[in-house]
Amino acid sequence: MYSYTDFDEAFVRTRVAQFSEQVRRRIDGSLTEDEFKPLRLMNGLYLQLHAYMLRVAIPYGTLDSRKMRQLAMIAERWDKGYGHFTTRQNIQFNWPKLGDVPEILSALADVGMHAIQTSGNCVRNVTADHFAGAAADEIEDPRPVAELLRQWSTDHPEFQFLPRKFKIAITGSPNDRAVTKSHDIGLRMVRDADGEPGFEVIVGGGLGRTPMIGRVVRDFLPKADLLPYVEAILGVYNELGRRDNKYKARVKILVHETGLEPLREIIEERFIETRAEFGGQDMALLAEIERAFAPPAFRQAPTVAYDDFYREDPVFRAWADTNLARHRNADYAIVTISLKAHGATPGDATAEQMRVMADLAERYGHDELRISHEQNVILPHVHKADLPAIHAALAQAGLATANVGLISDIIACPGMDYCALATARSIPVAQEIATRFDALDLEHEVGPLKIKISGCINACGHHHVGHIGILGLDRAGVENYQITLGGDGTETAAIGEKTGPGFAYDEIVPAVERIVRAYLEIRSEPSETFLDTLRRVGHAPFKAALYEAEGKQDAA
Amino acid sequence: MSRPYIPKVVTANALLEGDVVYLTPDDRWTRHHHEAELIEDEAHAQLRLLHAAARKAEVVGPYLADAKAGPDGPEPVHFREVFRTRGPSNYRHGKQEAAAH
Repeated sequence: MYSYTDFDEAFVRTRVAQFSEQVRRRIDGSLTEDEFKPLRLMNGLYLQLHAYMLRVAIPYGTLDSRKMRQLAMIAERWDKGYGHFTTRQNIQFNWPKLGDVPEILSALADVGMHAIQTSGNCVRNVTADHFAGAAADEIEDPRPVAELLRQWSTDHPEFQFLPRKFKIAITGSPNDRAVTKSHDIGLRMVRDADGEPGFEVIVGGGLGRTPMIGRVVRDFLPKADLLPYVEAILGVYNELGRRDNKYKARVKILVHETGLEPLREIIEERFIETRAEFGGQDMALLAEIERAFAPPAFRQAPTVAYDDFYREDPVFRAWADTNLARHRNADYAIVTISLKAHGATPGDATAEQMRVMADLAERYGHDELRISHEQNVILPHVHKADLPAIHAALAQAGLATANVGLISDIIACPGMDYCALATARSIPVAQEIATRFDALDLEHEVGPLKIKISGCINACGHHHVGHIGILGLDRAGVENYQITLGGDGTETAAIGEKTGPGFAYDEIVPAVERIVRAYLEIRSEPSETFLDTLRRVGHAPFKAALYEAEGKQDAA
Repeated sequence: MSRPYIPKVVTANALLEGDVVYLTPDDRWTRHHHEAELIEDEAHAQLRLLHAAARKAEVVGPYLADAKAGPDGPEPVHFREVFRTRGPSNYRHGKQEAAAH
């Protein structure tokens, strides 16, 4: 894992000192809110519906036990004993007091963390495949490149005032778990004809009010050219991106309005300049960073304990079937810890749970933890023999829910329970869907199904790429929920299609149930997933199921 | 005929804690919606908003929110404002927590 250099440490400490002074001046009245707001946003501090919110960056979703324990400490000391993990692999604290924020930032700096560039029109936290460095299908660990991008983009003088925020995601695997096609830049590792790894560069993806699937601007970019090429894209966007209209300022609009081909030419032209300027220093730095991401020394031991438990214990087996993924080392597994206990808030972990996860990572997981964009926590490197002990410890902490990838493993933005921009609540909808399908005992029968819920059109809950997407809106002073079907956030990315009129708050869970029951009836066999069925039969049968009841009511 | 004016309260967030606050008739900031000044005149509402905006060392982002008269004082109209009077629905945090003590 990458550790801060003296330069990083000094930079973060300087920023904490600077912001502490700014907070002091805001409190004593020397700074107005108009003056202070851009400063606090640069340091991840928002003002939400009921309180301030501090968004802390977790670069490429990677943590160790020390960092996780510090997050637990912060949650307990300055917040209400929990934290909320987000779809951008960050953590948000929902209740900090303004005067405490400098101390919180200082405590973060103590463990090499910060809240810089988690807001504002700059390059945000670079996100990565949460199975990076562990996945069986991976070409190479993408995190060294993500760290290189982090260092390059942090306080980059040219890119602090972009037309709009800018999000980069990276994956080293052909199976895209990082939603690369919905980012301003998506980097997907591929090999060239000679087997050399490089990147497919995707540009102009995005969700929000104008959802678009990213376009491939370069089929293959050698790793050595990565930084100059990304800088070329940013430079072109910085210059040509629209600043006249906030809603048309993302790079996706530039791609759409300019056209992919002309834009590619402009980028390639700029790239000739940037490549000449870089001169290889970036590659020397990357080589250094790569050493920090060397794989752990995998343990050689028999896996018989795992096999025995799997055979004998049905609870363990159910958990293993849903929450484990294939590791590059056959004796190991990747554990996804579900932060989606039925009825709980998606992505929330208590301080106590954070400590349990930190302890498990330290004891059994080569001291590594990841946050997934699906708001779960990952132990990327676990020897199979340790899985029964881990499962038992997780169960004690309320963290052993066997639902990863199932209907209750829902992404939900904070919605109107916290967010000042929200138009409706999303958390209670997620809670009720999870509780309902748990009560029906249906979710394992239903199988893989991704529900994603956003409480406004900005789509932080990724509803556009949910197999079932739910968007909460304010319709004439009442919460109303629009459903989309067929979204997909993987390598076969697709934007979901709206089904029709929305549903009231108390109608949305029954509506989802009608869709799911229709699927169970229509699927050709249990192994045909919801998305496969939808792609085979189209939307009509689902719409019929969805609106049938309403039609009857109207006729009555 | 012009439409009747929907009464308003002045609301904001407290600078230090971020708590939702309301402006009272006697120029205090209260945490309780029912203690707010219910403003039934548009021109007066604008004046009260200006007054609130000038108190920048106390509050952040003052605005006028629709309200109506109730038996115990002003009540919120829109669901967003209802949520602001109590806190999130997933935990008993915020005002509802304070009210429970």
